[in-house]
Amino acid sequence: MNSTPLLQVNDVAKSFPKPDGADLLVLEGMNLELTEGQIVGLLGRSGSGKSTLLRLIAGLSEPSAGHLSYLGQPIFGPAAGIAMVFQSFALFPWLTVFENVAIGLEAQRMARPEIRKRTLAAIDLIGLDGFESAYPRELSGGMRQRVGFARALVVHPNILLMDEPFSSLDVLTAETLRTDFLDLWAEGRMPIKGVILVTHNIEEAVLMCDRVLVFGSNPGRILSELKVTLPQPRNRLDPSFRELVERIYVEMTAHPTRGGAGGRQERFPGLGIGSVLPQVSSNLMAGLMETVAAPPFNGKADLPEIASDLQMEIDELFPVAETLQMLRFVELEGGDLKLTEEGKAFAHAELDERKRIFLRHLLAYVPLAAHIRRVLDERTAHRARKSRFIDELEDFMSEEAADLTLRAVVSWARYAEAFAYDDENAMFSLENPT
Amino acid sequence: MRSFGPFVFLRQLATRWDMAAFIVVLGVIVFLGEASRGVFAPISQLSATPISLDPRYLPEYAARTTLRMLVALGVSLVFTLTYATWAAKSERAGKLLVPILDVLQSVPILGFISVTTVFFMSLAPGRVLGAEFVAIFAIFTSQAWNMAFSFYQSLRTIPLELSEAAESFRLSPWMRFWQLEVPFAMPALIWNMMMSMSGGWFFVVLSEAVTVGHTTFALPGVGSYVALAIAQKNLTAIGWAIATMLVVILLYDQLLFRPLVAWVDRFRVEQEPGVRDPESWALAMMRRSRMVQAANVAFHAAVLWTSRAVKRTDVVEAEVAAKPRRSLDLLWVLLMAGAVGLGLWHIVVVLVKNTSPQEALHVSGLAVLTMLRVFILIALASVIWVPIGVWVGLRPRAAQIVQPIAQFFAAFPANLLFPIMVYGIVTWKLNPDIFLSPLMILGTQWYILFNVIAGASAIPAEMRYAAASFQVRGWLWWRKVALPAVLPFYVTGAITASGGSWNAAIVAELASWGDTQVEARGLGAYIAKATTAGDFHRIILGIGIMSLFVVVINRAFWRPLYYYAERKYRLT
Repeated sequence: MNSTPLLQVNDVAKSFPKPDGADLLVLEGMNLELTEGQIVGLLGRSGSGKSTLLRLIAGLSEPSAGHLSYLGQPIFGPAAGIAMVFQSFALFPWLTVFENVAIGLEAQRMARPEIRKRTLAAIDLIGLDGFESAYPRELSGGMRQRVGFARALVVHPNILLMDEPFSSLDVLTAETLRTDFLDLWAEGRMPIKGVILVTHNIEEAVLMCDRVLVFGSNPGRILSELKVTLPQPRNRLDPSFRELVERIYVEMTAHPTRGGAGGRQERFPGLGIGSVLPQVSSNLMAGLMETVAAPPFNGKADLPEIASDLQMEIDELFPVAETLQMLRFVELEGGDLKLTEEGKAFAHAELDERKRIFLRHLLAYVPLAAHIRRVLDERTAHRARKSRFIDELEDFMSEEAADLTLRAVVSWARYAEAFAYDDENAMFSLENPT
Repeated sequence: MRSFGPFVFLRQLATRWDMAAFIVVLGVIVFLGEASRGVFAPISQLSATPISLDPRYLPEYAARTTLRMLVALGVSLVFTLTYATWAAKSERAGKLLVPILDVLQSVPILGFISVTTVFFMSLAPGRVLGAEFVAIFAIFTSQAWNMAFSFYQSLRTIPLELSEAAESFRLSPWMRFWQLEVPFAMPALIWNMMMSMSGGWFFVVLSEAVTVGHTTFALPGVGSYVALAIAQKNLTAIGWAIATMLVVILLYDQLLFRPLVAWVDRFRVEQEPGVRDPESWALAMMRRSRMVQAANVAFHAAVLWTSRAVKRTDVVEAEVAAKPRRSLDLLWVLLMAGAVGLGLWHIVVVLVKNTSPQEALHVSGLAVLTMLRVFILIALASVIWVPIGVWVGLRPRAAQIVQPIAQFFAAFPANLLFPIMVYGIVTWKLNPDIFLSPLMILGTQWYILFNVIAGASAIPAEMRYAAASFQVRGWLWWRKVALPAVLPFYVTGAITASGGSWNAAIVAELASWGDTQVEARGLGAYIAKATTAGDFHRIILGIGIMSLFVVVINRAFWRPLYYYAERKYRLT
């Protein structure tokens, strides 16, 4: 194996300007090395900056600090030896399969016969024979992503970047495509030397990668790095496979916020009104608490287990679990989710009692909710404009995040009947509809 | 070589389509040759061979008019591809170019065209060509803006991943333009071209009379034919002209736009399942013809070839160079503000010198009258067409029949029907303040109808079943189901209709029949009279105030209503 790394990422950081002119840091302290023959997985939740890092490597944007190099050369714009497969395929709907695949070669101004030869070879390799003249709209999702793969492979890249390539496919199709890809990779039939795979699916990462980098959020950073030494093809039911998945779950729950190793206080995200709140419906929270309260879990559940039980991906499960943790309905520890006493009380209560419990916790542990309620209480008319709170939030977060955060708190407050919100007039109030 | 079975049939079919395509191509060439004959003749020939009301000449006139429209459309397309691209690519230029476009789009600039006459005539001195330039420019001004605007908006809304794919596979800017940007913008552009065409037909009647100094040349065309028919009070000739336009628009629809719409369908990024693909016999014919296929392949090769031939600018360098600097931005904004201020000052000075505040007040009063007319007419048209549109839209069969007819009427130049109305007003001595008004909305009401039909057919079946199962009927059904569901579509249609009606006011409020003039009091009549008299200051005053009214009404009324409807009532 060659010892010069294909790709090196050193101390890279990325920030975006906020509306008030300050910078929002989305990625910091990134270090990464890709050597020949490896598949490296970037695993994390949405918003952890893994896709941002992938775009930096692809040369689609520039880092705010640090530097990236490909084969020893600094990356400055898209490099010829790096090709990308996109989450939503990103095929040109007006071009046929053949034309879509050929476009990278056209851009290189290769001789026409050579383009034809290589395009047909790539189409053949990826199992698209017979579809050359079809338009993307005529293809199923799985076939479209095959076109995406063929388009990337045809330029003979040294590095293949994959941005959640299987996440918009159904389970069965995704599995077929993964297996086909791993077969081609194992047989060395693809003209690529290294792969970087962005995913939020833990099992997918363990199934495909030789190394997994686990990302944390706010700002995006690498929490830990795991080597996967299981031989290919891997079996999801293999105990050592399960063990690895479990370990990553623990890894990802152990660091909910920065410096999470400290005492209990620091493990609860969202102290102060300036924290971004996730979009989690009260239905989901109640549902998860009920499930955990009921047998076979009886108040304590293993995260991977409950995820597969409810058929939820970590991107769906984690925000719910963390919101419940923030509201002190559960405790997260070592990949386990444990109901608190109040959580148990909630799970066993009737609707009105549930609302009372939820209201208590909402006002006690979500400072933004308490803040809005206090403002409304203090005013004689008991009304306040949305823009007032948006302005306050924008000191801490982007415009979009402020809007989403306020929307989250409104949906919880409505469930708890803490206060009312009229979207038409963008007005908070204490009135209940008569 | 002998072959049997379906292959023989296929081959015969192919040759038959080839023949048909060949005839069409030949026909187009002959038509272009016919129509352009006489363009290079000296201008004195126009007076030597006056327009004749003999219907035998109508095919030739129609050909000349159609050619003018086509050329103007081509020029609009070139303008669109350059102006809008510039506006979208250069942030600095966009700051100036986009507002200009926005104003031009909502303002009738018909009155200003007389100013350009001298310039265009000087391009081909003493030739008919110069007058043709004037006419084509007039049509161009009625077509270009919304096309450019649609292209600009498409360029700004290219899906991020497609854009990233193009960048990551290192497409050159030229290749990116032709392989990504133009195809992506195509569906909206074609739709706007159809809209533009309707606008263009409307101006044909006015554009074919070119006034230089004290002489007015009538370019051979349907517009001049109608003008003469009005002057000679010949109702039969008007009938012939209307029939001719019906045929011409039908041909345009079947041979140009129907194929374009069907063809452009593949450029749509989102494909909603269940929506029927548009069909066109002409496109099917072209696709099946080997000759056209060969031409298509050649065109595709040409696009790729130019992509290779155009030198690749280094992406990175271009990006570094394009990085905006704050101080330069500020300078640019200041420069722009200065230019705008200077322009405004200039206009104000000219107006103050040559007109009086009383005049401005008077003109504003006229604008209010016209505004009242527009609003009342939109309301009337809504009361009539919304229920009908909902009724039709809920019945797919009926919608299939009515929708193309409504679109056809929208494309038909309503001002051809004016003489009939005016004839009635003159004959029965009706009040022109009232009876000229309907003309303003004659051509634009269809936008309300076909948008409402589209909205009603988009109501999900489940929602209708739910309403039916809860026995929601009668007025409650209209209030809670039908009207909210079609509101976003209705507002889109009403905005178009309102804008069109303001434009039409210039033509509709002042009409003549022979030497009798009928006039409705309003801003349109004021501008029309100022234009006939060549009174430049009054034209500026009139158009300025009309622009002000249109822009303010759009900003203060239509746009908020549009966003409200979109936010609250759009079914997704």
